[in-house]
Amino acid sequence: MSAAAGLKWAARWRWWEGALLLALLASWLLLPSHALLLNEIAILALFALSLDLILGYAGIVSLGHAAFFGFGAYAAALVAKLVMPDPWVGMLVAITLAAVLGAVCSLLILRGSDLTRLMVTLGVALILYELANKLDWLTGGADGLQGVVMGPLLTPLGAFDFDLAGRTAYAYTLVVLVLCLYVARRLVHSPFGYSLQALRDNRLRAASIGLSVNARLIAVYTIAAAIAGAAGALQAQTSGFASLDVFDFHRSAGVMLVLVIGGTGYLYGGIFGAIVFTLLKEAVSAWTPQYWNFWLGLFLVVLVLVGRERLIRPWAWFKP
Amino acid sequence: MTVVLETRGLLKRFGGITPTNDVSIQVERGARRALIGPNGAGKTTLINLLTGVLEPTAGTIWLDGQDITRLAPHKRVRRGIVRTFQINQLFSELTPLQSLALSVSARLGVSAQWWKPLGSDPRVAPICDTLLRQFHLDDVMNQQVKHLAYGKRRLLEIATALACEPRVLLLDEPVAGVPEGERQEIFDIVNALPAHVSVLLIEHDMDLVFNFAKSVTVLVNGAVFAEGDVESISNDPRVKAVYLGEGEVAHG
Repeated sequence: MSAAAGLKWAARWRWWEGALLLALLASWLLLPSHALLLNEIAILALFALSLDLILGYAGIVSLGHAAFFGFGAYAAALVAKLVMPDPWVGMLVAITLAAVLGAVCSLLILRGSDLTRLMVTLGVALILYELANKLDWLTGGADGLQGVVMGPLLTPLGAFDFDLAGRTAYAYTLVVLVLCLYVARRLVHSPFGYSLQALRDNRLRAASIGLSVNARLIAVYTIAAAIAGAAGALQAQTSGFASLDVFDFHRSAGVMLVLVIGGTGYLYGGIFGAIVFTLLKEAVSAWTPQYWNFWLGLFLVVLVLVGRERLIRPWAWFKP
Repeated sequence: MTVVLETRGLLKRFGGITPTNDVSIQVERGARRALIGPNGAGKTTLINLLTGVLEPTAGTIWLDGQDITRLAPHKRVRRGIVRTFQINQLFSELTPLQSLALSVSARLGVSAQWWKPLGSDPRVAPICDTLLRQFHLDDVMNQQVKHLAYGKRRLLEIATALACEPRVLLLDEPVAGVPEGERQEIFDIVNALPAHVSVLLIEHDMDLVFNFAKSVTVLVNGAVFAEGDVESISNDPRVKAVYLGEGEVAHG
């Protein structure tokens, strides 16, 4: 195989990528009564995709990724309430503001160890949480931002109102998810994407082949923040509500769990993880509403101890 | 002779230790220079100073007559100062092909492209093909580096540096851990570099040093102890006393 063929081969489309895309489309067509749950899964998947870019590709750990999710959520909700109700405008504003916040915060994660980064990212999310709490004239404080009314979704196929069953919402979320996924896919197969993996594996060598490590980290953190902001905007726009919950620690930790379940560094871990995580949560909490956290915790412990590879390939257990 | 790389009074102190003590050397265009000295003489520290991994306590470093003492490491690489490491520093999750393609892309200034796939620049793949063949990596080019045997990883270490198209190549014990038979092969590739490329070599194997180098700088206790062509250094009784005369030369 020549180098040109080898490089093309690495970026080829896999059959299951197409299958996944079809499955997403089919879920909208075939499961209209579950649109609200599916919407929740798709938003979580997008949020996890954003974390995967910095964690799986660039190797930056974060326990405060909800900072960007929440910032996007409040930005989109405030645009709808104060400026104009068009969802696309709100989305663009949320993405832009989250990207700016990401660019500023990226300066905090350039130095230090993983532990430093865990604490710094956690701290940023806590600060934003408290700001949203205190600025109640703007954000509604602990009561949340009420009275967010979204306008119809303008598309080339016509204008669609957000319905109670969530079908418009889910379609909207799917479009944003697939667009972001496509951009992320281009990104990780580009020289830029490979340079992220390079600096994750060995920063000293990355600099020694002439890559500017800091410029890369700033860029990827900004892009990831923008995508997290898009996920947050979807959350606020499709629920018509933003509350302090969007900044909460459990959201940052939850998205990390999604990647632990789905795996990092291959782009689709967030989608698979979000599906498993949400369905598991739904199923267990329907079965035992009081103790679902226990079973979810047990599942995670087993998953990590046994290993994801072995858990999804049970037929390999008995091989010598 | 045009001087490409030069240090003036370079000094590095770590607390009470001075691994680089008032080092002033000149590396000419096309030089094949060996840097030798007993263990702890400050050879690797000097390389770290030249590449910007360490910042000197005093003194300056000049490339093509420009002061690069405070230049960031990655910018020095873009100006042509490229090194290999004594201990392999590789991208363990990437494949040899991806590692080389990325290095070549960085060299060509297209490593920040984020929309087109790696290797979409038509200049990248042919250079990778040549390097993979030269370093016998073509059969493993699509395996992750972490799964490669040590010998292959050592070859990739050198190939990655050459992918950056150095003008000044700093080789820090390039054949450490490479089987006897393959050592000469690596040196043959280095020897085949264009005549304008300057090579500075740290090596303990004196046969290789005297085969490869045209001039030698001897470091002892962080300072330049002797300098000259291979002939005069190998016959210098003082050098023999501190280094060559110590019998079996230790590696490390």
